Amino acid sequence: MYAQMVKTASNGVKDTKEMSAEERAFQEKIDRNEKIEPRDWMPEDYRRTLIRQIGQHAHSEIVGQLPEGNWITRAPTLERKAILLAKVQDEAGHGLYLYSAAETLGVSRDELLEMLHAGKMKYSSIFNYPTLTWADIGAVGWLVDGAAIMNQVPLQRTSYGPYSRAMIRICKEESFHQRQGYAIMMKMAEGTEDQKKMAQDAFNRFWYPSLMMFGPSDGASVHSEQSMAWRIKINSNDELRQKFVDQTVPQAEYLGLTVPDENLKWNEEKGGYDFSDPDWNEFFQVLKGNGPCNHERLGARVKAWEDGAWVRDGMMAHADKKAARKVAAE
Amino acid sequence: MSKEWPLWEVFIRGQHGMSHRHFGSLHAPDAEMAIKNARDVYTRRNEGVSIWVVKAADIAASAPSDKGPLFEPSNTKVYRHPTFFDIPDDVGAM
Repeated sequence: MYAQMVKTASNGVKDTKEMSAEERAFQEKIDRNEKIEPRDWMPEDYRRTLIRQIGQHAHSEIVGQLPEGNWITRAPTLERKAILLAKVQDEAGHGLYLYSAAETLGVSRDELLEMLHAGKMKYSSIFNYPTLTWADIGAVGWLVDGAAIMNQVPLQRTSYGPYSRAMIRICKEESFHQRQGYAIMMKMAEGTEDQKKMAQDAFNRFWYPSLMMFGPSDGASVHSEQSMAWRIKINSNDELRQKFVDQTVPQAEYLGLTVPDENLKWNEEKGGYDFSDPDWNEFFQVLKGNGPCNHERLGARVKAWEDGAWVRDGMMAHADKKAARKVAAE
Repeated sequence: MSKEWPLWEVFIRGQHGMSHRHFGSLHAPDAEMAIKNARDVYTRRNEGVSIWVVKAADIAASAPSDKGPLFEPSNTKVYRHPTFFDIPDDVGAM
């Protein structure tokens, strides 16, 4: 999940009787599966929660470019380099689709970026882990993009029109990301002993952080109820995590890799795997800013933003000058 | 603080013979850069053969509250649809 622990701006789900006429009409529209569009009336809390959720999702796409960008210049072949470049460029595109969707709610992209840079908005915990070897690029595509797809496919049906449309476009492109990752893992797993070891090592390091992407377990997830009523969250965290594990285990078996969890066991009764929880203490530490790469990631974003300021200003000044010249000529 | 680049709405013709369709929006300093950015953001997989951009601030839109007065009157004018008229089968295709 690219948006984790989004705090819902609400004091709990209101009963139909407690709602104003406008609120009731709004909720009924959502219950009929009709989309909410930017200029439609919406509760202030819905708007604020969505800005937080879509903004965090957009930030994740942008920050997510950093761990993978780390390997562009060191990709093992020219073809892999071109593929990774295209993938990282897609992530930039996904960030832009999402910033545009957030902007329809009355916040500007620059405002969202400033909040990220000031540490007032978050991005997914997963991008605070390092990509140490080429196999990590495989693991990220396979597991991280795989987990993101799990979350994003249902969000195509979310109640807010611009968010839903951004999700549809992103999902169309995301499958390439997961497949290119799995293709890297297949190559490594079929390779020499050392390459197999690298693949297993990457899998070991990314397994639990990938499970964390879905957010804390349902009992500890306090903001879900209202978001579900608004259809800006479709499935519970545990539901999606279970689906992800059930899908991923056979894929790991095909690669000949071992899931780093001695409690992993098929449960016939529930028709899914039993598995260990990730270390939630580690998760909260990473969210607080104490993960292995938090400083590096945010530092790189702030530096890129500040170093690019003169380019953005210069281009704007040039555009203003051209426009003024055109007016003068008319 | 620096001035933020204005917002542009992007319209793309998917194939020859189709009309331009709204695809999304983006920020750019001017129209020329908006087209270049639209090419990178919205047509990475052969989605288009032509791009239009227009400043978002220049678009005039109907208000959601006008939906009734604007669109409901046509509901009662069913005779505008060809299926309103029963033509006997003997007449042939029409």
